[in-house]
Amino acid sequence: MDKLKQIFGGDTRQLGMIFALVALILFFQWRTGGLTLKPENVINIFQGNSYILVMAIGMVLVIIAGHIDLSVGSVAAFVGISVAIAMRDWGLPWWGGILFGLAIGALVGAWQGFWVAVVGIPAFIVTLAGMLIFRGANQAVGKSLTVPVGKDFQVIGAGYLPEVGPNTGYNNLTLLLGLLLCAAIIGGTLRTRRNQSKIGAHLEAGWIVAVRIGLICVAIMAAAMLMASGRKGTSLPVSAIILGVLTLVYGFVATRTIIGRHVYAVGGNRQAAELSGVRSRRINFFVMMNMSVLAALGGMMFVARSNASGPFDGVGWELDVIAAVFIGGAAVSGGVGTVVGSVIGGLVMAVLNNGLQLLGVGADQTQIYKGLVLLIAVAFDVYNKSQGRRSIIGMLMKNSGGGGRAAAGDTEGVKQQA
Amino acid sequence: MSDNGTILEMNGISKTFPGVKALSDVTLAVRRGDVHAICGENGAGKSTLMKVLSGVHPHGSYEGEILFEGAPVEFRSIRDSEHAGIVIIHQELALIPELSIAENIFLGNEETRRGAIDWVATNNRARELLARVGLSEEPETPIKNIGVGKQQLVEIAKALSKQVKLLILDEPTAALNEEDSRHLLGLIRGLQARGITCIMISHKLNEIEEIADAITIIRDGKTVETLDARQGPVDEDRIIRGMVGRSLESRFPDHTPNIGETFFEVHDWTVAHPDVPERLVAKGSDFFVRRGEIVGFAGLMGSGRTELMRSLFGHSYGTFLKGRMVLNGKEARLRSVPAAIDAGIAYVTEDRKVLGLNLLDDIKTTTVSAKLKKIANRFVINERSERQSAEEYRKALRTKAPSIDYGVAKLSGGNQQKVVLSKWLFTDPDLLILDEPTRGIDVGAKFEIYGIIQRLADEGKGVIVVSSELPELLGISDRIYTISEGRITGVLDKGEADQETLMRLMTATSMKSRAAERAEAAQVAADTPDTTATDGHAEATAPEESAWTS
Repeated sequence: MDKLKQIFGGDTRQLGMIFALVALILFFQWRTGGLTLKPENVINIFQGNSYILVMAIGMVLVIIAGHIDLSVGSVAAFVGISVAIAMRDWGLPWWGGILFGLAIGALVGAWQGFWVAVVGIPAFIVTLAGMLIFRGANQAVGKSLTVPVGKDFQVIGAGYLPEVGPNTGYNNLTLLLGLLLCAAIIGGTLRTRRNQSKIGAHLEAGWIVAVRIGLICVAIMAAAMLMASGRKGTSLPVSAIILGVLTLVYGFVATRTIIGRHVYAVGGNRQAAELSGVRSRRINFFVMMNMSVLAALGGMMFVARSNASGPFDGVGWELDVIAAVFIGGAAVSGGVGTVVGSVIGGLVMAVLNNGLQLLGVGADQTQIYKGLVLLIAVAFDVYNKSQGRRSIIGMLMKNSGGGGRAAAGDTEGVKQQA
Repeated sequence: MSDNGTILEMNGISKTFPGVKALSDVTLAVRRGDVHAICGENGAGKSTLMKVLSGVHPHGSYEGEILFEGAPVEFRSIRDSEHAGIVIIHQELALIPELSIAENIFLGNEETRRGAIDWVATNNRARELLARVGLSEEPETPIKNIGVGKQQLVEIAKALSKQVKLLILDEPTAALNEEDSRHLLGLIRGLQARGITCIMISHKLNEIEEIADAITIIRDGKTVETLDARQGPVDEDRIIRGMVGRSLESRFPDHTPNIGETFFEVHDWTVAHPDVPERLVAKGSDFFVRRGEIVGFAGLMGSGRTELMRSLFGHSYGTFLKGRMVLNGKEARLRSVPAAIDAGIAYVTEDRKVLGLNLLDDIKTTTVSAKLKKIANRFVINERSERQSAEEYRKALRTKAPSIDYGVAKLSGGNQQKVVLSKWLFTDPDLLILDEPTRGIDVGAKFEIYGIIQRLADEGKGVIVVSSELPELLGISDRIYTISEGRITGVLDKGEADQETLMRLMTATSMKSRAAERAEAAQVAADTPDTTATDGHAEATAPEESAWTS
């Protein structure tokens, strides 16, 4: 167990999430007689959930900063209908439509950011109002009708990587992308190690790093081959690529940039952050505006996938998005959460949803299960924090002699008690 | 007042909090009908004692016995003690601003008729009670519409509604101006005439001298003595001697200061309370700091010392009204915290956990958090420099932690303070303002912190140390300013300062004339747009100057 922990790194919470996801996939793979991991189904899971996960990336920043955004579904729907109509009536090209949509998202975000950051209205209220305002705006702009979008625009929601090169029986680009990703991970790790040894920092044992990288690369290549081996014409969905790129970019922004640090600082202790020179209003404005831009993108991805924008798009999305973030380990009180965790949390929900559908479980029961999973995931977390522990898996590891590399995250419980 | 026995006796009271003995074997006896003052420095245990008495710390959580009206009592909650006739009025008033005076008076004790609130009876009784405390407000007036002084009276009316026998007032005049304080003291005398016994905690020694029949002095959680003031007045010096009477041990590293030229000056710095614009928290403060100098600021809690410092630090507290700041020979206008940090000012907050640290962070993140751009290439943080810097400061300040990835919440108070100091040293400040730098820290760590402060001064930085612990200030400062009621009341060189002089200056209440008081208000009104107080402003200047320089 100790070695396992070394291999996967010290963040047991994230590790627990990955284990939960793998366990869930294996369970449904067994119960559905192998349907879950069929290429078509995996592609379907990504296409059907990428837009939610994209919004979860924005939402986790909002929640880390100590706010919430209830308006994402309505904003997504409003942007979706505006873009569909702009492309139909004004003849905007597909890329023009996307830019137009992102611009509307930014305007909506500036509006909500103004109320939250400048006027100081709680985000819950501002976005509750936004939820009504932009739902109404969607129906007003679209006259409650469904507006179709063109084939080229549909790529961002329903497209795949094209077939190029020799016929290998796989989608070549997907495989290539997988290989590139593996190469980047190996290269990056080697560079980090070189830097660390230069400054004389503590180095992990070589075999641990090798095993870890090996496992990650095997997982990436397995996923790439799975998606590349599907029906002719299908491969890695474009929406999954968008999601992947955004996860990397925002993961980097959250952990490695000044603005990311400031978001955590404001959510962790706003007064202390302000007395350390953080301009908390700007941060609040940024997270609210960013959320609306990503909601706009999510809305367009959904419209692209369903070929049309309708008056009831986006109803209830905010709940899926928020659930993903909390399953992914964010704290209601702010200051805690990760971009990657939220994406994994969203995937847990997506796999659960998909598996239950494959099993023929009705929508009524599916909702009940999803609600219970959310409740139990957060309850475990809260319970363990109140006990001064991290998570079930962290606890198991401690008991089996794992001891504990101290992670800053271990202090979450302290904050809750304070 | 005729002597008709003892109403309250507290014998051998001891109370321990995890790691701290707050009270040890405290004895208090209060005669019926007296005004009994309790004096002591901040943290001496006065408030804890009153919490034991009023049941906030329930019976069983402390040792010792309480006899009230001759019978032992065991209060488990405030409700129990109020039932017995003991009512405590806290320093922070416990009134609800949106509710009316009458509603506040009868909160939790409503006048009802068949389960429904009887508004007629409520308002009539409230009017009677208000008359008893000399208030002529309508009972339906919302609390937020009356001033602090009147609110204090409403609290007393509320206590009277509970058939109070023993009234405890914790710093009742701390937030009041001279006139309101007079009125309140008069009222306390009136209550005394009706046979109500009062216990009063106060830092204002002149008021105590004036009103108290007996004075109990508490120091370091122990009763020092009880003085009887009925035979003859007890003067302030006598009280101060009791409050501070402990010897200065060698708790400070040896240090020979190397003081250079003046590089930081503040002139006429005036700041209003953020929510109550007519209340000034800093009144025309003037002071300076020289390179290599450790300047102490002595003031009691609520004296405005923290407010002044935070306002200097990028206007991070209150509403700035006027004043000049000169830093390194140049006029500095620092209107935001980032501007203050960039100008080379660092402020270590009084309350480490609430204002100083993000308890979710680890040591390295905290160390660099106040100046991220120093280790960033435009927007992206260089993790290597981050680790190197954090490691450097951890070694320099000898922070005890397994690694720089360790969460700050798990560190001891002393090590937390070292991390906070690292964070501010990382910003390369010229002037460090340390607000209560050793609060909640054990003696060993204090010694180390003092050493760090002296080292910083030796590097040519100016250091301001704000503290209510006089031995600390006397031990470490080269020069000490005293603050009382938002005003700098004196400055003493190391050689001429002693605890009694300081305490006298710290408790000096201004002898302001009514004219100056009014002038001040007019001044504020003139600075607020949309008011027509211009002629008031013109008259104001003269008395104002004289009041502030006195």
